[in-house]
Amino acid sequence: MIRGGYICLSFHFRKREQLRVKLKNSRIEKHHIEDFVGRTYMSFCVLLLITIIVSMVYFVASKGISTFTSGDVSVTDFLFGTKWSPEADTPSFGAFPFITGSFLVTLLAALIASPLSLCAALFMTEIVPGWGKKLLQPVIELLAGIPSVVYGFIGLSVIVPFLRNNLPGQGIGVAAGALVLSVMILPTITSVAADALASLPQNLKESSYALGATRWQTISRVIIPTTFPAIMTGIVLGMARAFGEALAVQMVIGNAPFVPKSLFESASTLTSVITLGMGNTTMGSAHNNALWSMALVLMLMTFVFVFFVRLLERRNKI
Amino acid sequence: MQFKKSWVMTLALTSVLALSACGNGGANNTGGNAAATNEGSGAKISGSILASGSTALQPLVELVAENFMDKNAGVDIQVQGGGSGTGLTQVAEKQVDIGNSDVFAEEKLKDADAEKAAALVDHQVAVVAIAAVTHPDAGVDSLTKQQLIDIFTGKITNFKEVGGADQKIQIINRPGSSGTRATFESFALGTKTEDIPGSIQEDSSGTVKKMIGETPGAIGYLALSYLDDSIKTLSLDGVEASVDNVISGKYPVWAYEHMYTNGEPNETVKAFLDFFLTDEVQTGEVVELGYIPAVKMQVTRDVAGNVTAK
Repeated sequence: MIRGGYICLSFHFRKREQLRVKLKNSRIEKHHIEDFVGRTYMSFCVLLLITIIVSMVYFVASKGISTFTSGDVSVTDFLFGTKWSPEADTPSFGAFPFITGSFLVTLLAALIASPLSLCAALFMTEIVPGWGKKLLQPVIELLAGIPSVVYGFIGLSVIVPFLRNNLPGQGIGVAAGALVLSVMILPTITSVAADALASLPQNLKESSYALGATRWQTISRVIIPTTFPAIMTGIVLGMARAFGEALAVQMVIGNAPFVPKSLFESASTLTSVITLGMGNTTMGSAHNNALWSMALVLMLMTFVFVFFVRLLERRNKI
Repeated sequence: MQFKKSWVMTLALTSVLALSACGNGGANNTGGNAAATNEGSGAKISGSILASGSTALQPLVELVAENFMDKNAGVDIQVQGGGSGTGLTQVAEKQVDIGNSDVFAEEKLKDADAEKAAALVDHQVAVVAIAAVTHPDAGVDSLTKQQLIDIFTGKITNFKEVGGADQKIQIINRPGSSGTRATFESFALGTKTEDIPGSIQEDSSGTVKKMIGETPGAIGYLALSYLDDSIKTLSLDGVEASVDNVISGKYPVWAYEHMYTNGEPNETVKAFLDFFLTDEVQTGEVVELGYIPAVKMQVTRDVAGNVTAK
């Protein structure tokens, strides 16, 4: 019996060895190859992406910093100087008017767009969840898809004459820029707010109604405070988009390189002055370098916005 | 199933790499192709030319390029925009064959880049004249040089001070680095002006025309090819802004359109530039698009601005 068992066992082991060898030569090899190809391809794509982003940041930074290292423009002169005349006999590169212009127009646009977006998002999710979403969703997506130059042209043809006929000033100015930008960031804020509102747990609303609250009380005292961080995320994303918008703003804001004293005065943003000046200046000239420094400021502001968004997202999760 | 997926991925990857290689290869081969046709090409011209730069000159170069390509099937000409500054930078770096510019190269490439300008060869293919324009209701027909200077420096703020309607003046200027502005300031005003608060700056001539036509009290300047009935053209010191006055030299606000090459042009580029100066193009496309033929000018002007009779 022991001998029989020994023969059985050895036979079993030999069979297993044969089976293992067979498997190794066929299916397992192929599976490893596919794994390897997939991993390499993905690593290559990720490396390419990282290289592109890093080299872009490096290029903008190196060109932007050269204003301060090669010329005689100091950082405080650039950031807080109010005189911008790069083509004069003694050029001065004060970018303060553009920084204030950018911030002013972005904040105004966010102020105008946020209540509208919030109301649209509430309409879609709370008031008429049935056909409200069906109606507003395509509208929002359409607004998001319109190219920015179309917005600029509509602003120039419709908003500017309207402002000129009804309000002081020539129509061109900060107000026109803020209005055009607010329409552009409306879809961004609305979609983020609608997503946040839709992801609220149902029992929150139900318990509020159960306690006898009206719909408006529920919305204003329960829903909005709860989703406030998420809505703020949407607003900050909208502001980031408004800050970086170039063409639409350049067509309606007037581009005078001065700090605006009223909402209806011609002003400039960082993006509009870069659009106007890049093509006409030669690479390496002081004017061109100053424009690159403004591009660097824009990029740094984008990092700040992204940082804020991530901060808010972390608070959302709590 | 997995077999197909990896095929699709490899195909996508190789096509992306091939496309990027093609894009680069086109520009890199420009010099190579044109040089290769230098040997033994008697009647047939072939090669590829890349031009970039001024958007004001771009429509003319594109039209003439089409004409040239129809006549010489072996030539491929690509025209890009980007602005005079970009065109000059790129031709100085030999990234393009021809740099289109609205201003002399020495005016943009100066100080540290002056030797780059010295290496470029100028070909003046057309003349563009600029006229001061106002909103149709402004009520002025002609302004003196001093009045224009006062308007653009902000000393005169209402059109009634110069004999027009009671409209607050709204300046519609170009950006500080614009070649059109440099020409207008050098030859109409005689001095550089600073931007004043409340003025509007736009780069595109089309947008400027639209704004001047719609804004009461607006004043700006446009090339002759953009003038029409939606705006009022002003005479400068009593001299009307017409083609004949520019040719004779009576109207001083004009500038050459330059096509710069880095050093002497190779055979294909030289053929194209010579074609530009033939009568057919100078009386055809050049006039058709609203420019003035360079060959018809009775005066010439150099970099320093000195005008001499031809």
